[in-house]
Order: sequence, then C-alpha cells, then structure tokens
Amino acid sequence: MTCCAPGLDGSLPGSLPLPSREEIALAARSLGNGRRQIELSIPAVHCAACISSVESALTRLDGVEAARVNLSTKRVTVRWREDAVPPIVDTLAATGYPPHTFDETAESRDGELSELLRAVATAGFAAGNIMLLSVSVWSGAEGATRDLFHWVSALIALPALVFAGRIYYRSAWGALRHGRMNMDVPIAIGVTLAYAMSLYETINHGPHAYFDASVSLLFFLLIGRTLDHVMRDRARAAVLGLAQVAPRGALVLRADATREYLPLAAIEPGMRIAVGPGERIPVDAAVDWGTSDIDVSLINGESAPQRVEPGTQVRAGTLNLTGALSITAQARATDSFLAEMTRMLEAAEGGRARYRRIAERVSAAYAPVVHLTALATLAGWVAYDGDWHKAITIAIAVLIITCPCALGLAVPIVQVMAARRLFENGIMVKDGAGLERLAEADAVLFDKTGTLTMGRPRLINADAIAPDMLVIAAALASGSRHPLSGAIAAHASGPNPFDSIVEVPGSGVEGVLHGIAWRLGRAGWAGGEGEGTVLARDGVRVADFVFEDTLRPGAAQAVAKLGQAVGPVEMISGDALAACGRVAQAVGIAQVHAALMPADKIARIDTLQAAGRKVLMIGDGLNDAPALGAAHVSIAPASSADIGRKAADFVFLRESLAAVPIAVSIARQAGRLVRQNLTLAVVYNVFAVPIAISGHVTPLIAAIAMSASSILVIGNALRLRNPAGGAEAAAPAAGALREAHA
Amino acid sequence: MTTLAYLIPVALFLGGISLGAFLWALRSGQYDDLDGAAERIFIEDDKPKA
Repeated sequence: MTCCAPGLDGSLPGSLPLPSREEIALAARSLGNGRRQIELSIPAVHCAACISSVESALTRLDGVEAARVNLSTKRVTVRWREDAVPPIVDTLAATGYPPHTFDETAESRDGELSELLRAVATAGFAAGNIMLLSVSVWSGAEGATRDLFHWVSALIALPALVFAGRIYYRSAWGALRHGRMNMDVPIAIGVTLAYAMSLYETINHGPHAYFDASVSLLFFLLIGRTLDHVMRDRARAAVLGLAQVAPRGALVLRADATREYLPLAAIEPGMRIAVGPGERIPVDAAVDWGTSDIDVSLINGESAPQRVEPGTQVRAGTLNLTGALSITAQARATDSFLAEMTRMLEAAEGGRARYRRIAERVSAAYAPVVHLTALATLAGWVAYDGDWHKAITIAIAVLIITCPCALGLAVPIVQVMAARRLFENGIMVKDGAGLERLAEADAVLFDKTGTLTMGRPRLINADAIAPDMLVIAAALASGSRHPLSGAIAAHASGPNPFDSIVEVPGSGVEGVLHGIAWRLGRAGWAGGEGEGTVLARDGVRVADFVFEDTLRPGAAQAVAKLGQAVGPVEMISGDALAACGRVAQAVGIAQVHAALMPADKIARIDTLQAAGRKVLMIGDGLNDAPALGAAHVSIAPASSADIGRKAADFVFLRESLAAVPIAVSIARQAGRLVRQNLTLAVVYNVFAVPIAISGHVTPLIAAIAMSASSILVIGNALRLRNPAGGAEAAAPAAGALREAHA
Repeated sequence: MTTLAYLIPVALFLGGISLGAFLWALRSGQYDDLDGAAERIFIEDDKPKA
C-alpha cells in the first residue's frame, strides 16, 4: 500500500474542484432495471494497490453494486442501485484518488478498434493457412494436388477478403465518391484483381495463383492500421481523462427557496444560481449577492484575481475563489462566452482542414501512374503477341507487385512510432496530420498566463519580510483559498497558532492571536493606503508582500531552443503590457503583443501566415482556443480549458515546457523517416516493376518482394529515437501523474 | 494424396480454434485493460468477488 502515497494528490494547491453529487447524478446513465452507472476518470491510479484500494473503498459504500478500475484508461466504472447517489466522489477523494467526470459521447467510443482487431485476426488466420498451402505449391506440388491447394486457398481467402477487406473497400469507395484518391484505392483494386485473376487461373488449372499475396497484403496493412488506431485511442483517452473545466450544470435557486441542480442547457436568463467557492461560473451572469474573488486567467489571460461584488458582471468559465455568490443568469449557455469562442474556433479552423496529408498527396500521384503502367503493359503485350490471357495475367501481376504494401505502411508506421515516443514524453498527439504540420512550423506564438507561466503566484520578497511576521502571515493565509494566500501559506512552519481565522471574501483573512487582531489582505481593507497585499496588526501595516507568476519549468530553455530550431518566437497575451514584459524578459522573448482580444490573436496569426509563415501556437485559455484552431499547428498544456485541448493538435501532460521542443524534434525526425520510407518504396518499385512488365513475376517472387519491402520500411521506422533531453523527462513517471492532475 | 484429405481439414480446424479463442477473448473484454490485467495478479483476493 505504500507505493502510491495516496492523499498527496488531492491536497495540492490549485487542484480543480471536484464534481458535486448532483453532477454525478446528472452524468450517470440509467441501465434500466433500477441501476445507474457512471464512468469517472481517476488520473492518480497507477498500480495494483491503487486498484484494490479504489475498488474496495467503493464497494464498501451503501448501494454500490460493483466498481471496476480500468488501469489502461485510468478510469473507474461504478454501478449502484437507483434512488440515492452514494458518496462516490468524497470516498475517492478521501482515498487519495480525486475523480472527475469527462465528456464522452457514446458514438465516440465506437467498435472501430474491435472491428480492426477482428479483421487482423481473420486476415492473419487466412494468410497463415494460405501461405502454408502456397509453400507446398512453390516446392513443387503438381497437377491435381496443386489445383486442390489452390481451391482450398480460394475458399479461405474469399471470406477473409470480404470480412477483413471491407475496411479498405469502404474507405476506398468513400474517397472515390468524393472525387478524391487515397492509398486504399490502389490497395482495394490490387487485392480484388489479384483474387479474381487467381480464381480464373484456378478454374483453368493454371500454375500461378496470388491468393497468398492478396491476403497477406491485407494482413500487413491491417496491422499498421490497428497500431495507428491504438496509439490515437490511447492519446484520446488520456486527454479526455483530464479534468473538465466547464461545469455540467448549476444549482438554481427557485423563487420558493428550493434549490435544484439543472443541466447547463436548461439554464435560462433570469434564473438565480448559487456558486460556492471553488466552483466555476456556469453562464454569463451578474452578481446579485455576496463578494468574492474571481480567477479569470483561463478566460482572458489576466493573472491577478478580480474582486466581485453585487452588480459585477461575471463570465462563464471563470473560477469563484473565496466567497459564496448568488448570481443572475444573463445568457443561455449557448450564448455565453464559451459558446462564442466555440463559434470563433469553428470559423478559424477552415484553413487547417485544407491541409492535405503526405499519404494523400503521394497516393494521388502514385495510383494513376501505377494504373496507367498496368494498362500500358496490357496494351503492349497484346500488341506484341496478341495473347489476351497472357497480357491480362502480366498486367495484373504489375498491379500486384506495385500494390503499395510498403507505401501503405511507410507513413502510418512512422507516425505510430512517433506517437509512441511522444507518449513516453507525456505528449499526446491527435493524429498523424498534426505531426506532419508540426514538422513544417517556422514561427512560434506563446500565450502567457498558464502557458509560459503556471498561472500560480509565487512570493518573491520573502527574504525582505521579518521572519516572525512571515510566520503569522503564513498561518493566516492557510485559512484561505485565494491563490495569493496559497503562495504565502507555502512558507508556513509549525502548528497554526490562530484559534479561528475568518475569510472576508474579496478582501482578505483576519484572525485574533493573544488579543491582537491580525489582518492579511488588500491594503485598503487590512490597514494603510494604496494597493498590494499587506499584513496589518490592529490596523497598522507591518509587512508588504510582492508576488510574481511562477514560470513554467523549462520555459526559458524551450523558448531558446524553439527560436533556434523553428523560427521567431512571439508572445500574444490578453494580459497587460507590464505583466507581459516581465515574463517576456525572463524567458527571452523579444516581441510581445499584449492586451489582445481573442480576435486579435487570430489576426496576428493571419498576418504571419499571410507572410508565408507556418505558425505553431501554444496556449491554454478559453481566449486562446480560436487561435489554437487558426494556427497551422497547436499545442496545449493539460491544464488548459476543455475547448483548447480539443482544438489543439498536441496536449502535453507534464508541467515542463520542454515538451514543446521535444515534440518539434520528434515530428521532424518522423518527417525525415517518412521521406526515407517513401524513397525506399519508390526504389523498390524501380526494381520490381520492370521485372513485372517483362512477365517474370511469379507468386513466389511477389511474396518475397512485398514482405521484404514491408520489413524494410518497418525497420526504418523503428529507428525513431527519443531526442536528447527526452529521456530524463521520461524518467519520473510518478511525477507525471501528479502533474497531469494538478 | 489421401492424407491431404484429412490433414488439411485438421490444420484448418486447429487454426480455426485459435481464431475462435481470440475472438471470444476480444468479445469478453479481455483486451480492454491490458495494464490492469498485468497489475491485478498482485492483488491478494481473500474474499471471493461478488
């Protein structure tokens, strides 16, 4: 039980609010028969002891029927008897595994993977058996025996082609119908023609049948496709498992003083909503009761919390820090700031959708050349000796030998390897297209708050404060959720001397010690004049505290590396120029664009892209989401807003910004290997095609040539290594877990 | 030649069994949590699961 050190994760400062019991009830789905079930993400689970403590804690609860942890996806499925919701969240948090809900629609979890696995299994079974029979034919089976073997092969191959091949037929047909070309088109044509010709040969007691070629081709390609799918699935599950920023619903206060938890979509303007400390504001609203501090950093990049009081406007997605509030909704969820950002994001993403992947570009050029070559071969042989049967046989042999087995693997297998290397470094990639675009990037834009910085203040003048004052301040600060208090409380030592500490939302904290009233908070309230955070004794200012946003570890090195390897680095932030300037200087960014609105960020990207630059955007906030979508390629930290994570091509789970140069370096290495693999495939064709055109290809030669070229490109892809500096970042796996959660 | 008449069906049958076993394992969810399956052998299960 000691390997996990549970309990540490939940107590981290800045940990996200836990889902409420109402939210669980809303997210759970009914199984009929009076049972409800929910799947929760628990990022902290990572070993056998974790599994058993989570499962036993949950099954002990009243009403819980079953709890099952899935360690691969870091999720737990809980099933309970209807009526009351058991305290699942509190139990998990107390055990040390704070859970959160995630948004996964039923259809996003289709049976695609199991369909692929079934197809691989079937194709593998067929390929193995047909290959055994083919080896007998190659070793000299003659006459009736050969015919028998061919017939058995044909019988095994047909269901395999229909079952395993339909994935390719479907994809090829989809591409052709839209007037496009993809690698699956030549594959589908080649496999089908190989089968048809072999069947014809078998019926006519011919010596050459290509059943083994067509089925083993499918088998190899399906393996590549399945690996690709598994990698993307894993990355998607890891990103989905991150805590959601947007709340699912809100506690509505009715006129008759009853409270009801309503889903976000049911909230209408004019409704009164209760928002407790630590909760996010669900919709754009005005405060009508209470004072508090609001953390707006995720919304507009401003790092300092804002004080709110009755009458203040608050935006959806901001975090209520210190006091309970009652707010009046002013807009539906669909008209809120978040929804506006989603619309801007969708509008901005058009440019990226036009990107054509390398494999598509290659196959668009490759397929016509191959098919024309086969046609020319057919015409040539007919003109040469007028033997139609022989001409067709040779033309189909050309198609089989050029059927892009290696080409179909050349790109995906490299991207699978790259995704794996990225995964080891705590970086999730959405799909291969993101890798290709990242390799092309030649300009970098950084958001400030939450990206270059942690969005977490740090006390920078602790040395200048008298030690006994610091102890008192730290003790007072421990009674508050305000982020500045968190920074002061980090200096606490020994037991807390105060009997009671009262938090005054929007102002600070106060407490009495040996008859003296101490106050810690904004200057105007605690004592004295002016701005800033002070400690006051009986209304007299005794210490001042100065804060600075903590830089993300590795920020300066990452900026330097990117400036060298990629191109000019700029900062685009919604925060004020002064705050931006300090951070820019600390990390070494020369060009700063401050106080930008989301539309201004897109405008900056458009300016750069109009100048021919391919922009890599790194950002985390809601206000960055449209820019993340507009940029050529984008990266978001795990702590970013949900919509930003969805918009970005890459999400990195660890705290350090070193992830960005690592991702660039892996993407470029992958790009090089893809080009090498494509060259290998072309070289293979240069040798194989003349042999095929001259009519010297037998099934044995086809099998050897195709397997050899596939092994060659796979072997080449395996050369993809972790970049320098990536290895030590990969070492602290437990740290990564903690960071992923924080 | 006559040996082939039963050897081929036997070979296909044996291959078919393993294919069936794989498909069964897939359907019964044994590939859903590979990491978990590796760790669960360390859990001492004193009381039988419900």
